[in-house]
Amino acid sequence: MNLLNVSGSPHVHSDESTKQIMWRVNLALVPALLVAICFFGVNALLVSLVSVVSCVLFQWLIEKFILKQPTTIWDGSAIVTGLLLAFNVPATASMLWIVAIGALVAIGIGKMSFGGLGKNPFNPALVGRVFLLISFPVQMTTWPTVGKWFPTQLMTDANSGATPLGIIKEGVMNGQSISSLNLPSLSEIFLGHIGGSMGEISALAILIGAIYLLCKKIISWHIPVTFIGSAFIFSGILWLINPETYLDPLTTILTGGIMLGACFMATDMVTSPMAKSGQLIFGLGCGLLTIIIRNWGSYPEGVSFAILIMNSVTPLLNRWCKPKRFAC
Amino acid sequence: MKTFKMGGVHPEENKISNDAAIEIMPVGKQMVVLMNQHLGAPATPVVQKGDKVKVGQLIGEAQAFMCANVHSPVSGTVLKIDTCKDAFGISKPAVYINVEGDEWMESIDRTPDIKRECTLEPKEIVAKLKEMGIVGLGGATFPAHIKYSIPEGKKAEYLIINAAECEPYLTSDYRVMMEHAEEICIGISILRRALGVPNAYVGIESNKPQAIKHMQETARQFEGIVIEPLKVKYPQGAEKQLINAITGRKVPSGKLPIDVGCVVSNIGTTFAVYEAIQKNKPLIENILTVTGKELPSQHNYKVRIGTTYNEIISHSIGQLPETTGKVISGGTMMGKAVVNLDAPTVKGNASVLVIGEKEARRAPETNCIRCGKCMHACPMGLEPYLFSALVRTGKTEEAKEHNILDCIECGCCFFSCPANKPLLDEIRLGKNRVRAMMAAKK
Amino acid sequence: MTNDILIAVIVLGVLGILFAVVLYIVAQKFKVLEDPLIDEVAEVLPGANCGGCGKAGCRAFAEACVKQGNMDGLRCAPGGNAVMAKVAELLGCSVEQGEPQVAVVRCNPSCKGANRRSNYDGLQSCAFQNTLYTGESGCPFGCLGCGDCVEACQFDAIHIDPSTGIPVVDANKCTACGACAKACPRRVIEIRNKGRKERRVFVSCVNKEKGAVARKSCDNACIGCGKCEKVCPVSAISINDNLSYIDFTKCIACRKCVVECPTHAIHDVGFPAPAKKAEAPAEAPQEPIKVNITVGEKVEIPANN
Repeated sequence: MNLLNVSGSPHVHSDESTKQIMWRVNLALVPALLVAICFFGVNALLVSLVSVVSCVLFQWLIEKFILKQPTTIWDGSAIVTGLLLAFNVPATASMLWIVAIGALVAIGIGKMSFGGLGKNPFNPALVGRVFLLISFPVQMTTWPTVGKWFPTQLMTDANSGATPLGIIKEGVMNGQSISSLNLPSLSEIFLGHIGGSMGEISALAILIGAIYLLCKKIISWHIPVTFIGSAFIFSGILWLINPETYLDPLTTILTGGIMLGACFMATDMVTSPMAKSGQLIFGLGCGLLTIIIRNWGSYPEGVSFAILIMNSVTPLLNRWCKPKRFAC
Repeated sequence: MKTFKMGGVHPEENKISNDAAIEIMPVGKQMVVLMNQHLGAPATPVVQKGDKVKVGQLIGEAQAFMCANVHSPVSGTVLKIDTCKDAFGISKPAVYINVEGDEWMESIDRTPDIKRECTLEPKEIVAKLKEMGIVGLGGATFPAHIKYSIPEGKKAEYLIINAAECEPYLTSDYRVMMEHAEEICIGISILRRALGVPNAYVGIESNKPQAIKHMQETARQFEGIVIEPLKVKYPQGAEKQLINAITGRKVPSGKLPIDVGCVVSNIGTTFAVYEAIQKNKPLIENILTVTGKELPSQHNYKVRIGTTYNEIISHSIGQLPETTGKVISGGTMMGKAVVNLDAPTVKGNASVLVIGEKEARRAPETNCIRCGKCMHACPMGLEPYLFSALVRTGKTEEAKEHNILDCIECGCCFFSCPANKPLLDEIRLGKNRVRAMMAAKK
Repeated sequence: MTNDILIAVIVLGVLGILFAVVLYIVAQKFKVLEDPLIDEVAEVLPGANCGGCGKAGCRAFAEACVKQGNMDGLRCAPGGNAVMAKVAELLGCSVEQGEPQVAVVRCNPSCKGANRRSNYDGLQSCAFQNTLYTGESGCPFGCLGCGDCVEACQFDAIHIDPSTGIPVVDANKCTACGACAKACPRRVIEIRNKGRKERRVFVSCVNKEKGAVARKSCDNACIGCGKCEKVCPVSAISINDNLSYIDFTKCIACRKCVVECPTHAIHDVGFPAPAKKAEAPAEAPQEPIKVNITVGEKVEIPANN
């Protein structure tokens, strides 16, 4: 017989593990990836591949040669970062090498410099994305035209595409009213037949993934609902004040990165508050900041910045928002 | 269905020994009776080497306040008074008895008749509980006579009987309810009388529908016994959680159940109370589950206290399977891992649970991903991840400020942690440090 | 233009004066009077904040010294005699010269490797493991091997030997601050005099169980037989609770007890390699090799050379 094991109680463990959580998040990202491949063709696949492979590779290199610790690439977290980074860039051929730089920043600076998974204060994918947005503004805002359901030519790289938010920003800046602009219909927006970063276009695909995560209890409803809800209400108020300069709330939440950000990036466990009350404040802040940046900032989109700003508040929220103690 | 409000987990129930009726375990050749089988100071041996003892004779007397009498579980000759290593390898004072025959004390009523009437006054009941060495059989082995002596100025309003048996694997309480429902109800009535409360509430988790039905039918013949089905959620049977589930009251931090007018007793204890008061039988037997997925058969036994783990194992299953990884006394959530199988069982042992090699090993620890699952699982609304960090960095003062002492050590945090961090180990270490710090300050 | 410059200069100047006044008032009001001697004493201390003196850190030690005015009962082990002399000079008092000391692990390295009876699978902390059970060796007094002492050491002087699972002290680095002894939940580590020529003899066991029980726990346990007590020419050895203890202030390191001990529980350190005619060297017990096995287990028989 073997030696008896001894440890403190409990002697059982649920079957959940970090690895399982990360792979489930990856699975939840697949619908959005498929939609991106449908609309942007092979480029979307290539950009995602490069992003994921370089994220995993950089993590392995850093762990092996700099930190000299056992590798953790199989926990799937680098793949999540890679996919989310790819989802946040346009699916063009020129992004192939740029996204690799983004991966280095995301993994190297955004994650490993703090000690790896669980220790980073900011969402690594967003750190990479914002770095690229500032460093490569032209490439990062050159959107591919959206193909038909299945693009006839495999490499679509025309520069004529634009995001709905970009059209509005430019139009409003030039003094046009929103109703006079040529915007895609709501159903097109919902299905994702619009220009934009490759992962954010289809609200439907993102919702499918989010519902899966909710069912598996990997995310809770608090952050997505307050994020989208506060963005909806705040933009609705603005729209009621002046529908000519402010976009209607439904289009607001369906375009740009709000859906992707609210369901997958703001809900990142590591960088969001733990208590439910903290999560409500976090989501609220994200929603308000997004609308503020969109309407009064110089960038047409503000989800990344909003989440990063709220990430920096997370430690404070963790300190401030305590769970309710028993009998208190 | 009633339940506690905050946190909790649902581990696999594994009540595989549910249908095994209680068997009687034969008595071995030699018995070792430890002198501290209860919370508090050890009892003082009152027999000497060479003395003849009978079953039920007092061999260890409670001299300290927090102490309980110990009685001989067998008849025979006292071999020696020495130390014996307990299940964790720690030496404890013990009385060794050479078993000769099975001669019981004359005062013990061994007839199968059920005696319903009890005319004793509350004080007499408490005195008899003390005499018979009754302790709480829910795990803490708290001396019963102290629990039922209500301090001056406080009043019991609720008597709550814990039959939740929320621990995975354990079925001894279930079997007692199925086989001795009437005795239990009499025991509950006696406790009601001792406390002077109008109603007793028996909380049973709803994964035992037969027990609920059987108890309800039996309780109808008695006054003031209410059966409360409870939601299946761990730790439903924890004292504070059970009080919360049944009465809606909350025991504040650092207070006792009596401070909110509640007294909680385990269902096994009520059976022991019946036997002690009505039959004059001291606490010399345990109802004990022998279970485990790896075992060829599942059992529930009535075992004399002092029988060793090895004797129980060899009688029930022959020997431990090759794949044994851990032997646990108690359930998988709060039980203790046993290392010395030659140790005698003591009052309150509820099981010999065998876990396979694969399940017994803890998975390697990874980084905390701040998912907050530990916090949401905590039934006390504490922050286990924070304690982990504070204990690792030695910030004892801060851990105390975050109410580490409120932890009931149910293990929900470790159970739900995806990073496999030994959260409860760290919290226990932290609690010890906080207690040491407070003691040093005094 | 000149006006603007003038206004700026005046505003800034006035503000500067205002702040200076406020700062001065605050500094005067909250001034803490402190003996400058404390700083001077703290300066000569090693500054490791090991806590070996029983104070919260070096500064607290300095405060205690100055407050007390002399060195009675206060000693900085890591600093040793040199530092203590300096402190005494600053305080203007005398100090006793202490013997140089070292931490000694009083658990037999052969114990855990041979007699492992269980497999500990919890938090790597001796303090916690100690609350659970006896530990892997089955000895309720012995070293648990999780390394609480290693963590406590500020001087990198104590490390777990991976082959035995028991800590080894690097006598050159050890400052005898006592942090490891305090961290050990079983009090296995003792601070002892280094001894003349760094030669010392000690009982490498703290097991207080009766002989037979102790022997079951560990082949090299002290069984309290008293042979060492009888053979000691200077009565430095006493037996309490079935455990022998050598008083290091009396021991002359004659090593008679080392030879006499039937379980080789008494260790000698720092002596030259045994001469040819040495009767029974403690390091190499000439006894059959014992391996604890259970039925069904694969066993490798160690080569007997």
